Amino acid sequence: MAITLDPSENESASKDSKKKHGRRQGMPELIFGDLWEYDPAPETADPRIRQRYDLFIGGRFIAPQSGEYFTSINPATEQPVTEIALANSADVDSAYMAAQLAYETVWRDMTGRERGKYIYRIARLLQDRAREFAVAESIDGGKPIRESRDFDVPMAAAHFFYHAGWADKLAYVAPGRTVEPIGVVGQVIPWNFPLLMLAWKIAPAMAAGNCVVLKPAETTSATAMKFAELLQEAELPDGVVNIVTGAGETGAALTGHPAARKIAFTGSTEVGKLIMRQLAERGTRMTMELGGKAANVVFEDSPIDQAVEGVVNGIFFNQGHVCCAGSRLLIQESIADSFVHKLQQRMASLRVGDPLDKNTDIGAINSREQLDKICDLVESGVAEGAKLYQPACPLPSRGFFFRPTLFTEVTQSHRIAREEIFGPVLSILTFRTMDEAIEKANNTMYGLSAGVWTDKGSRILRMAAELKAGVVWANTFNKFDPSSPFGGYKESGFGREGGRQGLLDYLELS
Amino acid sequence: MTARIPVVKTPKVYVGGAFIRSESGRTFPVYDSGGQFVANVPQCTRKDLRNAVEAAAKAGPGWSARTPYNRGQIIYRLAEMLEARADEMTSVLRQFSPEWTTAAEREVAESVDRLVHYAGWADKYEQVLGSANPVAAPFFNFTITEPVGVIGIIASDASPLLGLITQIAATIVSGNTIVALASESTPYPAITLGEMLATSDLPGGVVNIITGCRKELIPTFATHTHIRGIDAVATGDDATSLRRGAADSVKRVKVRQPDIDWSSDRAEGVYEIRHFVEFKTVWHPIGA
Amino acid sequence: MTKHSIADDFGAVDRVGIEERVAKFTTRSIKRKSKLWGLRTAVSMVDLTTLEGKDTPGKVASLCHKARQPSDDATIPPVAAVCIYPSLIKEARKHLADSPIKIASVATAFPSGQSSLKVRLQEVKYAVNAGADEIDMVINRGLFLSGEYDAVQDEIAAVVEACGDATLKVILEVSELETYDNVRAASFIAMQVLRAGDFIKTSTGKAGGSATLANTQVMLEAIRDFYLDTGTPIGMKPAGGIRTAKQALHYLVAVKETLGDAWLNSSRYRFGASSLLNDLLRQIHKEKHGAYQAPYYFSEAAESY
Repeated sequence: MAITLDPSENESASKDSKKKHGRRQGMPELIFGDLWEYDPAPETADPRIRQRYDLFIGGRFIAPQSGEYFTSINPATEQPVTEIALANSADVDSAYMAAQLAYETVWRDMTGRERGKYIYRIARLLQDRAREFAVAESIDGGKPIRESRDFDVPMAAAHFFYHAGWADKLAYVAPGRTVEPIGVVGQVIPWNFPLLMLAWKIAPAMAAGNCVVLKPAETTSATAMKFAELLQEAELPDGVVNIVTGAGETGAALTGHPAARKIAFTGSTEVGKLIMRQLAERGTRMTMELGGKAANVVFEDSPIDQAVEGVVNGIFFNQGHVCCAGSRLLIQESIADSFVHKLQQRMASLRVGDPLDKNTDIGAINSREQLDKICDLVESGVAEGAKLYQPACPLPSRGFFFRPTLFTEVTQSHRIAREEIFGPVLSILTFRTMDEAIEKANNTMYGLSAGVWTDKGSRILRMAAELKAGVVWANTFNKFDPSSPFGGYKESGFGREGGRQGLLDYLELS
Repeated sequence: MTARIPVVKTPKVYVGGAFIRSESGRTFPVYDSGGQFVANVPQCTRKDLRNAVEAAAKAGPGWSARTPYNRGQIIYRLAEMLEARADEMTSVLRQFSPEWTTAAEREVAESVDRLVHYAGWADKYEQVLGSANPVAAPFFNFTITEPVGVIGIIASDASPLLGLITQIAATIVSGNTIVALASESTPYPAITLGEMLATSDLPGGVVNIITGCRKELIPTFATHTHIRGIDAVATGDDATSLRRGAADSVKRVKVRQPDIDWSSDRAEGVYEIRHFVEFKTVWHPIGA
Repeated sequence: MTKHSIADDFGAVDRVGIEERVAKFTTRSIKRKSKLWGLRTAVSMVDLTTLEGKDTPGKVASLCHKARQPSDDATIPPVAAVCIYPSLIKEARKHLADSPIKIASVATAFPSGQSSLKVRLQEVKYAVNAGADEIDMVINRGLFLSGEYDAVQDEIAAVVEACGDATLKVILEVSELETYDNVRAASFIAMQVLRAGDFIKTSTGKAGGSATLANTQVMLEAIRDFYLDTGTPIGMKPAGGIRTAKQALHYLVAVKETLGDAWLNSSRYRFGASSLLNDLLRQIHKEKHGAYQAPYYFSEAAESY
């Protein structure tokens, strides 16, 4: 009495290409209409964003030597949020001097126990002001408040809490050897998880006994500067953490600075390679957290509805601005049509709009530039013959928004199957056998993350072994934890963040 | 009675489990410490390097799929082979350098010991480097290591045997396969090592040793995107060139100073293995 | 059907994944008009229930009055049904004859189902003859857990037949099935022999566990898949443990986002509950008038402190 879960399953052998990834005419459909519309539910907590932020150097806010500021806008409204100082190389220089001084006079020789207490303080202060930081993050970066409130900020606090506890236990990081801090490290972070990436960078560096010069991304500096205020509240010794703001030139001054004993970078593979070239002569230590084009592999025996949810979470989380996003869906042919139909149905209940509305699932694209890039790649997908699907969700009349999008009939050679889109765009391919799935999943220069969905335990472990990626999510996706090392294979970078493995990347074996 | 004329060995490089000449037909002469001609050694080209990378890449899946116990036994077998042929290796070392007259035996003995050291790590490093991670959600979360892939080795001139063996053993123990460029000034020990490898249980292609000119081959080591990591004894322009080329494909690069003390305890151990492993973290729900 | 993994036939459900999914429903923020709509709709979906050994005609009479007019507020609709034991159907009939409120009766040796099929079918017929509009049956969990899926289904089919025109609600008693895989499979086993407009229901309220957002979601997804496959719409009734208006709104969010608008009415969705109704009324009052209300302002409230 086994029943077929979906009629289109029987059609997959059909030669009629019109039926592919579609359903028979006249079949029952669900109605996701406006019978019960949710009223706007804006988050109203005060983000306490200042009108203008100076640089944070040596424990104080100081004006940039250039005298210049640039405007950070709210991508959901295109309205100015705050003014951010533009650091030039002289500012970067003084940040490194402050960090070096703090390292030599205070931080290096402080016991791990005391260092840890400062980091615990930071974790607690961040928890205290969590809602305020979440609102600021959503205003400045466009991500839905649901995510900044439930994911970014609590996870950032968790990173400080976790690493605080390591500060007096460094002897256990590298059994058999003793470790020492590296010195002053330079860190450059991206705009997709501004506060969380800051936490991923600063927390382990501080725990290891290093001092920091950090540059947030130019479109999302506000929470980093609010974090600087919090460091003052924590009475962190001056210069242990310094934050300089600006765009590419500031970043180049930071990564190329001779005082940097290590550079930690998270961002695009393109910029990562530039930094590697820049540092080729000096041979500075590096960790690189770069791009990805993750395959999410769904087998026919998988828990289908959880897989649908995982795929949705994998690509539409944070508007798809996620380096480990599951941007390539590989579905076993036998369930491809029904799975795509389920995905489309699930997408119908995604809510795109005001990032501050508590019911928004997909917020604003981070910048005009990024929106243009997404549009360009989506156009290439259409031009190259892939089939586009978008739900009919309404978009706000202004601001940078993009509908959740999926492409069927994608082949390995399409640009949308090879290039990192960094937006809410899913490319769907199919496979027949496990070997074919492995081959397709690994057919990329990237290797950051991968997903596998199946009910068969031994297949999970086999796939986990075969997928060339630093993180493999089995029957789940986009999960993170401070204790869990994260980082890439191949051109997705090297070094890890999180866990004992990540901490060792901030230490010198002596 | 006519005196017997000795048969002189033609040195060849060890690639893909076979002994070959350079595809270019080029060689360069090597002389003993007294300035006497010994042999013509292949002067490998970029194409030879490419072929060696192919051989290493082909051997990779099989080598990394072997059990750690098996890899450990094979590396231990290497130690046995070297120990058994210690006299031959000692005389090769002595032949090429006057300072080796006293140190050659030690170089060979330490090389044997180093192989034994890494043989023992094969089924242990995972438990030191990997972890089960206590995540704050209902997931089983663990981090294991995997080999990086094909690793390029640029060997030491100062320690043409112990240095090379240290680099090789620390790299292949975790399932990587390698292409090594032997010391340019003293290539002969590496050629002899190749002959010993061939008679061990090491599958062909896991270790490929070529000889030639650093200046000619380093740029290819740097930019060949299938070489996923570099372990090089290099300075100055060579080091810069390796790092710059590595940027094109985000290659892992470890540069060692020429004056490194290969005898030191710190030249060996699990953190040497760590340079050329990837960490893979796997999540799975604990549900039903 | 041979004995083998039931997930092979109907698909697997991952516990952690489904629980993550439903946790998102609870973060929906339902305000103002949409809250009022949700609360009123929830009232109209309540199967106002009393299933006690100590039930009397007097208790049922009072329940029926509450069902007809839950509060003084005339904008508040009556509930969908009252749910009672078979022996009290006649009493309920007296009070609800001229109303749209359905009389639902549990039958089939509720709550354990541990009687002969013959006796259980007789009970169904008795209830229907006594005037029940709806029958809430329990499936045979013993048969299910021993792998006799065909037999489970045959029994349900027999009850369908015994129901005649009465609507049938099939209680899976999810806590005794234990796994979500089983809940999904049991949903399909039932739906395959149900008629459009019949229901599947989570719990008796008498076993250890009752409705949760997660086990309800498993059933909603089964209903969705079955509908898309066959065109037959089956209704859903979570029962037991839903006591607050806030919970009810979370359940309705799950319906809206899983099955869509066509299930947001009492012909396709019910709450099996007793104390829920008063909390819905309190929250409606609060939404309309701004002030929080003490529970004893509402009739039939259990809280007296």
